[in-house]
Amino acid sequence: MATLNALAVFCLLYVALLFCVAFIADRTARRGQGKWLSSPIIYTLSLSIYCTAWTFYGAVGFAASSGLEFLTIYLGPTLIIIGWWWTLRKLVIVGRTNRITSIADLISSRYGKSNLLAVFVTLMAVVGTTPYIALQLQSVTFSIAAFAEADASGDGLPNQQIIAFWVTAGLVVFTILFGTRNLEANARHYGVVMAIALEAVVKLIALLAVGIFAVWGLAGGIDSTLAKINESAISDWEVSGGRWIGLTLLSAMAFICLPRMFQVMVVENENEGHLRTASWAFPLYLMLISLFVVPIAVIGLDPIYGGGRDPDLFVLTLPLENGREGLAILAFLGGFSSATSMVIVAAIALSTMVSNHIVMPVWLWATGGSAIMAGDVRRVILVARRISILVILFLGYLYFRMSGGGAALAAIGLISFVGVAQFMPSLVGGLFWRGGNRTGAIAGLAAGFALWAYCLFLPSFGASSIMPQSVIERGLFDILWLRPQALFITEGMEPVMHAFMWSLSFNILFYVIFSIAGFPTPVERLQSGQFVNALWQSQVPGNWTGGLAQSEDLLLMSQRVLGSEDARAIFQNAAKEQGGEYLPAPTPDFLLKLERVLSGSVGAATANAMISQIVVGAGVSVRDLMAVADETAQIMEYSSRLVIKTEEQERTARQLREVNDKLTRLSVQKDAFLSQISHELRTPMTSIRAFSEILKNPCDISPDKREKFASIIYEEATRLTRLLDELLDLSVLENAHAVVNLSEGRLSELLDRAVNTVASEGDGFKITRNPENEKIDLDTDLDRLVQVFINLISNARKYCDAKTPELEIKVARMNGMLEVDFSDNGSGIPLESQDLIFEKFSRIGEARAGGAGLGLAISREIMTRLGGSLVYLPWSEGTVFRVSLPLEAEIAG
Amino acid sequence: MSDKEDNSISDRRAYRRRRMADASRLMPLFGAALFGMPLLWGGETVPTTKVMVYVFAVWIALVVLSGLISRSLPDPSEERQRNQFRL
Amino acid sequence: MTKTVLLIEDEQNIVEAVRFILSRDGWDVRTHANGLDAFDAVRRRNPDVVILDVMLPGRSGFDILQDIREDETVGNVPVLMLSARGRKEDIETAKRSGANLYLTKPFSNEEVLNAVRDLVTE
Repeated sequence: MATLNALAVFCLLYVALLFCVAFIADRTARRGQGKWLSSPIIYTLSLSIYCTAWTFYGAVGFAASSGLEFLTIYLGPTLIIIGWWWTLRKLVIVGRTNRITSIADLISSRYGKSNLLAVFVTLMAVVGTTPYIALQLQSVTFSIAAFAEADASGDGLPNQQIIAFWVTAGLVVFTILFGTRNLEANARHYGVVMAIALEAVVKLIALLAVGIFAVWGLAGGIDSTLAKINESAISDWEVSGGRWIGLTLLSAMAFICLPRMFQVMVVENENEGHLRTASWAFPLYLMLISLFVVPIAVIGLDPIYGGGRDPDLFVLTLPLENGREGLAILAFLGGFSSATSMVIVAAIALSTMVSNHIVMPVWLWATGGSAIMAGDVRRVILVARRISILVILFLGYLYFRMSGGGAALAAIGLISFVGVAQFMPSLVGGLFWRGGNRTGAIAGLAAGFALWAYCLFLPSFGASSIMPQSVIERGLFDILWLRPQALFITEGMEPVMHAFMWSLSFNILFYVIFSIAGFPTPVERLQSGQFVNALWQSQVPGNWTGGLAQSEDLLLMSQRVLGSEDARAIFQNAAKEQGGEYLPAPTPDFLLKLERVLSGSVGAATANAMISQIVVGAGVSVRDLMAVADETAQIMEYSSRLVIKTEEQERTARQLREVNDKLTRLSVQKDAFLSQISHELRTPMTSIRAFSEILKNPCDISPDKREKFASIIYEEATRLTRLLDELLDLSVLENAHAVVNLSEGRLSELLDRAVNTVASEGDGFKITRNPENEKIDLDTDLDRLVQVFINLISNARKYCDAKTPELEIKVARMNGMLEVDFSDNGSGIPLESQDLIFEKFSRIGEARAGGAGLGLAISREIMTRLGGSLVYLPWSEGTVFRVSLPLEAEIAG
Repeated sequence: MSDKEDNSISDRRAYRRRRMADASRLMPLFGAALFGMPLLWGGETVPTTKVMVYVFAVWIALVVLSGLISRSLPDPSEERQRNQFRL
Repeated sequence: MTKTVLLIEDEQNIVEAVRFILSRDGWDVRTHANGLDAFDAVRRRNPDVVILDVMLPGRSGFDILQDIREDETVGNVPVLMLSARGRKEDIETAKRSGANLYLTKPFSNEEVLNAVRDLVTE
């Protein structure tokens, strides 16, 4: 019992470690610390749950009988991920921007948010994954049994059923604890991902260790290992081309469609940039894991090393039978890791699907859709998830009990793969083909699933009541052509490939035919645009202020209201006026014009709301607005003919009211402005007058005081003058009589001038520039531009509150615009003040710092005159202002 | 004169980026072709060891290639922003 | 006994000037620079005269004036208001809100001195 006891101890310690790691990771994430949690390496390691106990044990078994064929299971994913730019990038981006929670969610969302599809996919996923879970439980119990056997002093095998039960129970606890902590539907499961990453490392190390032991410890080196392979039963490569290619293709599809893979690859993804690292790190991982499989298999087959009867367990039995108990325990932990990580993630993925797409709709229907508070809904989701985890894992345990543990591990894995591969046509079509629609998806999935069940899943139960042997041999209703494993003329094909070929062919066929024949609903059309064009659409707004991103949103929305031609015409004209090409910057002028045009179609309130939502970036997503716009467009079509007359009348009245409102607002603004100016002018004058009077009789004043007072007078006079200058400037600019003096100059020189003007006092204010990027020639009003730069740099100098204030000036080109960012390392501008900073006379904080408060207002006005913009970027820690200028202002050549 | 040089440098950089994206798109096909090569060797029976060494060599090469190409590809989220105006 | 003046004004240069003038004339000048706790400062110091600026950060001078007038202990303290607005309506409003005297910026030093002296003798 010694070994078994040691095993139990190490196992419990390891499990405790996993719990700790998960707990710490979760807590760190919740506190908002720990950037390391979203490192690309963690992401790559989490992808390794593709390698389950099937890899750890079954691959060796597979290799022992079929040679190198097992490699196809890993070549497929390798090919997919090295082409990530083409294959996976869109999937991950679509998943993140649409906040997709599962593969069922993705497919259902794409095809018009169809719940029927979601249910279908969920059920298929559950059916396909349950045997796989049973497989993992089986491997754990078998591996424990192997230890017990080797332990001669032991008194027999512990009851396998009980072990499996306790393992399942432990998995339920872990998964519920760390997989259903958060109330938000989309919260990332940091704890689970960390634990999975740790298990990935343990898996790899264990397998490599056993491999190294086998090659160098047992066989005596690489050469003798190679010789052994040549003498073994698998010395010749006897893989059929069909299977080599077919299995690679199958594993490639499964890599994307397996619910657990979708969960870690898309749902838990923090940043699509992580794919960059995964694209080489993951294939490397796969390669290392498969490196020693054949050597271990061959060495295990050699009776000298006492590998035992079951090739699936060579990874354990080789160290055990050769006295390396420590190594065997490590190997056990590796196998344990691979089994448990798969089960945990699969349980999370499946329970998410079940709770979101089956439980929730039923519950909502049952409660009659009555007013539900948000809190209730979340609680129900949580409870539904936890119960689903329990049920799914229990089903897995049941399957394990009933299957008797006889089926070879490899077979179940491949059956599961073909099952989930049925999602592929709808998925790929959904992402790349706008023509794919819901009917097609349902038809394809139904056909594929039916064929999969008939040809592969049901026959796998063996000659049983589910599918009688007679049907297998003589076909359904005794029709030879309908034999499940030899449909039509395909006699003699290996069952997995056979089922794969037929199910996918009919799946694709039905999907294409029904998609072409049908018509999508408006919601489907909206969604298909969202998904297929995801690489070129902006994210859900709420982060941006200003910038051409909003013009794109505005265009898309306007197209839906006004029609494609009209909208584009308006935008292109506006853009040409501004000196651009397709998209105008969202200047106040343009926005006003656009609002006017739109209100003609949807009414002023909606037009105003639409534009301000997009430009200000408040909570409503563009999708919602577009949905409104779409609906509105439809309503317009139907009723336009009937109500043209009344509409025009209404429109005129509305516009008159609008103008009236605007005038009232303007006059109020003017009053406020005048009284503000009055205050700003009189305050310095007060000091000047007071001190001048004091200094008229300088006799009883000390020389120091005299100097001080005199300098105060000087200061305030300067301040007054500056204020008057700025006021004049502003009024000149605003009255559009400003003369724009075009001349040519280089950006770097302009920046030099600005920097030297502001920081010539050499006071330790650090400015970082990148001269390489500043070699841009401009044709614009250079003096005004320098004025803007001076304003921004001096603001940074005055208001940056960092201990060592630094300013970084970054230059970039972004699609026809030159962007110069001025970012300092201070504490930024608080959210409430962000709208105010460009207003006249607003000053953040108490510090006067010698400014009149008009600087930013003027700078913004200047940039608008020059056809560009000046915006504050709210997403950084410090203060960042972005000056944009159209690159038409750049001289060609 | 120096302006022309600068312009062409940044042009070259953009060009290289696009070619890198093309290369990345071709990688799976290239990899598939390489992995499929052993199928063409089946004149007489092929020894397992030979195929094994070949496959793993190709694998390592693909890992290295993929790393190099991915390094020179832009960050996908930046790329998405940049692509926003392709109407 | 030296009379105290509490000057509630946020512009430091103006504070400096007024303090100089008044202390030269024998007054004990205290200052306070923001509106939020200006009323507390009035209660604490219990000055003989309060000079109150209208535009203060945190709270407007009029609100502070209202608080003063409603308070039992300091309700009768004479208040001189300073403001940048000089129109007749503004002066009326200030008087109605309880200011004893009202000066428009920019004022002359004589004006301030005379105003403060007048307020104490009343």
